[in-house]
Amino acid sequence: MGGYHWNWGVFFQQVPSGGATYLDWFVQGVEWTLLVSAAGWAIALALGALLGVLRTVPSRALRGFAAAYVELFRNIPLLVQLFLWYFVVPELLPKALGDAIKGSPPLAQQFVAATLCLGLFTAARVCEQVRAGIESIARGQRAAGLALGLTLPQTYRFVLLPMAFRIILPPLTSEALNIIKNSSVVSTIGLIELSRQAQQLVDYSAQPYEAFIAVTIAYLVINAVVMYAMRWLEHRTRIPGYLVAAK
Amino acid sequence: MSYSFDWSSIPGALPYLWHGARITLEITALAILVGIVWGTVLAVMRLSGHALLAAFAALYVNLFRSVPLLMVILWFFLIVPAALRALFGEGMPDIRLTSAFVAFSLFEAAYYAEIMRAGIQSVPKGQLSSALALGLTRGQAMRLVVLPQAFRNMTPLLLTQAIILFQDTSLVYVIGLADFFGAAYKVGDRDGRIVELLMFAGAAYFVVCFAASLAVRRLHSRVASP
Amino acid sequence: MKTARIAFALLASLGLVAAAHAQELTGTLKKIKDTGTITLAVRESSIPFSYYDNQQNTIGYSYDIALQIVDAVKKDLGLAQLAVKRIPVTPANRIQLIQNGTVDLECGSTTNNTARQKQVDFSDTIFIIGTRLLVNRSSGIKDFADLAGKNVVTTAGTTSEEILRKMNEEKKMGMHLISAKDHGESFLTLQSGRAVAFMMDDALLYGERAKARNPSDWIVVGTPQSKEAYGCMLRKGDAPFKKLADATIARIETSGEAAKLYHKWFQSPIPPKGLNLDFPMSEDVVELYTHPNDKAFQ
Repeated sequence: MGGYHWNWGVFFQQVPSGGATYLDWFVQGVEWTLLVSAAGWAIALALGALLGVLRTVPSRALRGFAAAYVELFRNIPLLVQLFLWYFVVPELLPKALGDAIKGSPPLAQQFVAATLCLGLFTAARVCEQVRAGIESIARGQRAAGLALGLTLPQTYRFVLLPMAFRIILPPLTSEALNIIKNSSVVSTIGLIELSRQAQQLVDYSAQPYEAFIAVTIAYLVINAVVMYAMRWLEHRTRIPGYLVAAK
Repeated sequence: MSYSFDWSSIPGALPYLWHGARITLEITALAILVGIVWGTVLAVMRLSGHALLAAFAALYVNLFRSVPLLMVILWFFLIVPAALRALFGEGMPDIRLTSAFVAFSLFEAAYYAEIMRAGIQSVPKGQLSSALALGLTRGQAMRLVVLPQAFRNMTPLLLTQAIILFQDTSLVYVIGLADFFGAAYKVGDRDGRIVELLMFAGAAYFVVCFAASLAVRRLHSRVASP
Repeated sequence: MKTARIAFALLASLGLVAAAHAQELTGTLKKIKDTGTITLAVRESSIPFSYYDNQQNTIGYSYDIALQIVDAVKKDLGLAQLAVKRIPVTPANRIQLIQNGTVDLECGSTTNNTARQKQVDFSDTIFIIGTRLLVNRSSGIKDFADLAGKNVVTTAGTTSEEILRKMNEEKKMGMHLISAKDHGESFLTLQSGRAVAFMMDDALLYGERAKARNPSDWIVVGTPQSKEAYGCMLRKGDAPFKKLADATIARIETSGEAAKLYHKWFQSPIPPKGLNLDFPMSEDVVELYTHPNDKAFQ
């Protein structure tokens, strides 16, 4: 790159409005990315587990409902879903409620829309993993649980889900990594997370290469940390004698 | 509900929306094509046993799979154009379309590479050794024996990835390209009818993707049965 | 001695002139000549400077000026054909796209200030604005002081964004700032009730107001926080191209053509809705048209 003036020191310079350095901005970006991803992941896990169970219960109506949920959230692009949550839903609510939402602090609105969107979107994918996990457990286990006098919910709670979750840890890891990557989409509604911060840094500091390289490395690091953490968890929760199925 | 719907701006905007849909389809088609070809090359490199090639392929795949697509698109729009210009010359039609093509192709290749790697590994080892025993070279054995079976085994996954890719093209919104979603957004913005246009776009994507995934599922059950 | 010096100076300047003529084309002009194409950055919703009409064609005051510069380039290079490409930009990426060579010229609503001059060059000024607020008539907001603790929207990457952040920081106003992608989205944010005020360049506020379902619901208020000069952006250090752009703009402004453009875009009905912005010509603009210059106010 002839003519480009590299300046990694730019991160220690004050931003034009004062009161912070570009490094502070960068760190804020990392924090928002982690916060939105973590909150979204909590929703996705809880709802995904519930829907995954519903997909395997005897009731046809409940199974149909969960299947419909998955199809709906899997077949609309994430960006479109996000805009629907942020721009459309407040207009469709009763006027008083819609106005209250729109009058609240913008950061709160963006965060709620972003988290809800990411959580519900990812729940559809977690649901499919949970279902696959439950279906991979020998039928005898369900029968055995019921035969022991456990109710159906108890069988799920104490027999099926603990097994299923251990079995599906590897695909869940990739969903966790996906939600972090997908969180970059929330930059489009104005939440200044990591990827939006990259653009803002370019715009204000005029050092595009440093900004993009730093942000890209941040994603790589986050990715690697989550992957190793999940691997550790996988190792800790391994089911003896179940290695093959876990693969 | 206080909102009063007004769908009147959609009929007049249909030609523009269709133009956007064509851009969506162009990006999808090109990224599938380049992505599968380049992805297959990467997968073969990774399994080649050649340390340097395998390391390169692994690095490429892991790098692209660790970074959000949105960042990749921005990289190719804001940072790489100087390099693109050197490759394609000054007469590029529209930098946004070119950068979107390149970004999606290179990005998807990383995902297709993983699918193809699994596909190649799904072909029993004996097939390769018997092909070699028959006197085929390694390249011929790969091309004529292993890859066709890998493609057949992986067809449902390749198609499912294509549906995901089709949805992901909406992200070109961030570089101002009027694909189907970008066009819908622009019309909604212009007419102050963003609510209607977003709902319309969501419904359109759903119909197309749902139909496509049903078709893939039917294909899958047909392929899986014998 | 004196005559010798004058003679020498004359000779030297003759030599310079000859050298200048013999000189190869450089920079943007060379690129344009080689490719037969000029790439203009356009805006999607900078009404009435550079924006899309109903057929998605770019129109506007600044765009008309850009086309005049294109004509001048064509004449200067002696080209029979010059293809014009248009690439939409946003405030947040326009500087980057000029710098990396994606676009050659950006005539939109870009403020010429010394901070940006470190990255790009600006032509002679084409317009002068003040930064103010667009609010709902019934909101009771009269000035910036009324915004404390409220949601305020502005467009990302603009001077208004910087001013608002600074004001919030210094005066501890507790405003919640929303940075939208472009002016259209900012106005959408205001209209949907997400923000009570939209801070931007007054002329653009009048332009956005013209898009509203009921323009009379919206008014421009507040003490101007800054006076800013719009210029066309070019790549830095490209003197021949800047000279050509400056000469074109100066000719338009002093010949009365600019006044006609002003009337066309600010005081007559304009697309897409046929609304008249009714934006009176300020003293500053009158002064600019008499004495074209490329001075920044900040």
